[in-house]
Amino acid sequence: MNFETTIGLEVHVELKTNSKIFSPSPVEFGDEPNSNTNVIDWGYPGVLPTTNKGVVHDGIMAGLALHAQIERHPHFDRKNYFYPDNPKAYQITQSETPIAHDGWVEIDVDGKKKKIGIAEMHIEEDAGKNSHASEYSYVDLNRQGTPLIEIVSKPDISSSDEAYAYLEQLRQVIQFTGVSDVKMEEGSMRVDVNISVRPVGQQEYGTKTELKNLNSFTYVKKGLAFEEQRHQRVLMSGGKIAQETRRFNESTGQTILMRTKEGSDDYRYFPEPDLPVLNISQDWIDQIQTELPELPAKRRERYVNELGITDYDAMVITQTKEMSDFFDKMIAAGADAKLAANYLQGDVNAYMNDNQVELQDTKITPEHLATMIKLISDGTISSKMAKKVFKAITNGEEPKKFVEDKGMVQLSDPAKLQPIVDEVVAANPQSVEDFHNGKDRAIGFLVGQIMKQTHGKANPQVINKMLKDSMSK
Amino acid sequence: MTEKISEDQVKHVAELAKLKIADDQLPYFTTQLDQIIGLFETLSEVDTDGVEPTSSVTDQINVMRDDIAENWHQRQALLDNAPDTADGYIRVPTIIDESGDNE
Repeated sequence: MNFETTIGLEVHVELKTNSKIFSPSPVEFGDEPNSNTNVIDWGYPGVLPTTNKGVVHDGIMAGLALHAQIERHPHFDRKNYFYPDNPKAYQITQSETPIAHDGWVEIDVDGKKKKIGIAEMHIEEDAGKNSHASEYSYVDLNRQGTPLIEIVSKPDISSSDEAYAYLEQLRQVIQFTGVSDVKMEEGSMRVDVNISVRPVGQQEYGTKTELKNLNSFTYVKKGLAFEEQRHQRVLMSGGKIAQETRRFNESTGQTILMRTKEGSDDYRYFPEPDLPVLNISQDWIDQIQTELPELPAKRRERYVNELGITDYDAMVITQTKEMSDFFDKMIAAGADAKLAANYLQGDVNAYMNDNQVELQDTKITPEHLATMIKLISDGTISSKMAKKVFKAITNGEEPKKFVEDKGMVQLSDPAKLQPIVDEVVAANPQSVEDFHNGKDRAIGFLVGQIMKQTHGKANPQVINKMLKDSMSK
Repeated sequence: MTEKISEDQVKHVAELAKLKIADDQLPYFTTQLDQIIGLFETLSEVDTDGVEPTSSVTDQINVMRDDIAENWHQRQALLDNAPDTADGYIRVPTIIDESGDNE
């Protein structure tokens, strides 16, 4: 029997606004519990919410970045449920009129491009956070009212690899808009997944299962791959899939039953009476469209077609807007594109990892790095010398001045190098003989000797050529 | 016997509201809720043919606040009013986590 898989993803993204969605309390993390709360966040009697304009703005921006239609007359709805992290006993969300609908992102799995549809995207408030101990549970409402956007995919995703690629694209697009940090490890991006499997040709979808505890894109992929296999096994053996929520076990890579689901949730949605409806003008949408930065897919196209770097390099550089902006500034400052891409992925990335910092929090500037690359390109310094220069750049030093101050200029003048080459050749007849016998390593030894004499300043390409010329005479 | 709401529905609504209603109390609440629904049915006497559903009863639109953070420093007052607190948290009876957050 052949099967086809349908995967649905619901992604919650925390917006980086200054204040909460319906109250002016600050949106800050890591503060003392309940310190960023007020009577509105606690749902006190008689308080009224007010919509944060910044949230609507960011929602429209994310919608536009996802190529979605913007709802011109959205309102909010109440979703009713009782839980201690939800003091009003309802969440203000959007059910009838999500702020955006019918968008898409394009994914690329093994060179195959596919558009994944986005059914809808709505704005809503986050709940507080519960922590559990043996005798009591503890509630911190700092997160209560943090603005979220929820992005719901259409049933277009048909493998765990596609799910992974979709999440990565979604993360990038949102990250480039600047409305969120979209970091799963910090909880600013959260993913709920469901999956169903049916025999090829069957009209209706198979029974869905939901997966929880997916704290990284890799776990999403692994959890879905396991679940797909499990569904197929059960169906092959004539069994039935139960509608249930399963938990992904990180250490075994398997999913285990958490709870079965009977009937659908009963949230009794109704239009939120405390908030006036919105009327979003075309002018506002147009204005936000102009604020939208060039998106990652466009940038990749430009990098490959106009700057001639590889698809892979372009992909790595567009993982964050900061990196991509940095690259663009290096190119504007005259750096060679290939070298710029190499340095960003190599030394710069290593530096960020070693020091656990983001690019924008380092002292490295695109202009400095571009200057260093130009010094390499024109032969002033070797790539080996560049290691020292790079270190200086990480301390905020200007590379040209650093190179001059340290007398690091590379020796490339044959007239100055010739006597040293002659001397080394004369002093090492064995190596010369080895070279003539075809032992390539011999030349490396001789280069090393010259480097020693010049304190590493000789231009390796130049002396390589000079040595060969000299010994071939 | 009531007509507009069944005992099962009352039980379901009570569960949604996390209320415990003893079985012998069910007829009492069912009758009351039935009467309340009866009152609301007066509304259906109004002819709403051709009237668009509304989601708001105010004539205000686009009332929005600029995204400026203000801390009203109400933490202590709010915690003082909470039934039980510990270390700045609201303390509640142990709950089963349904959110999936900490699982």
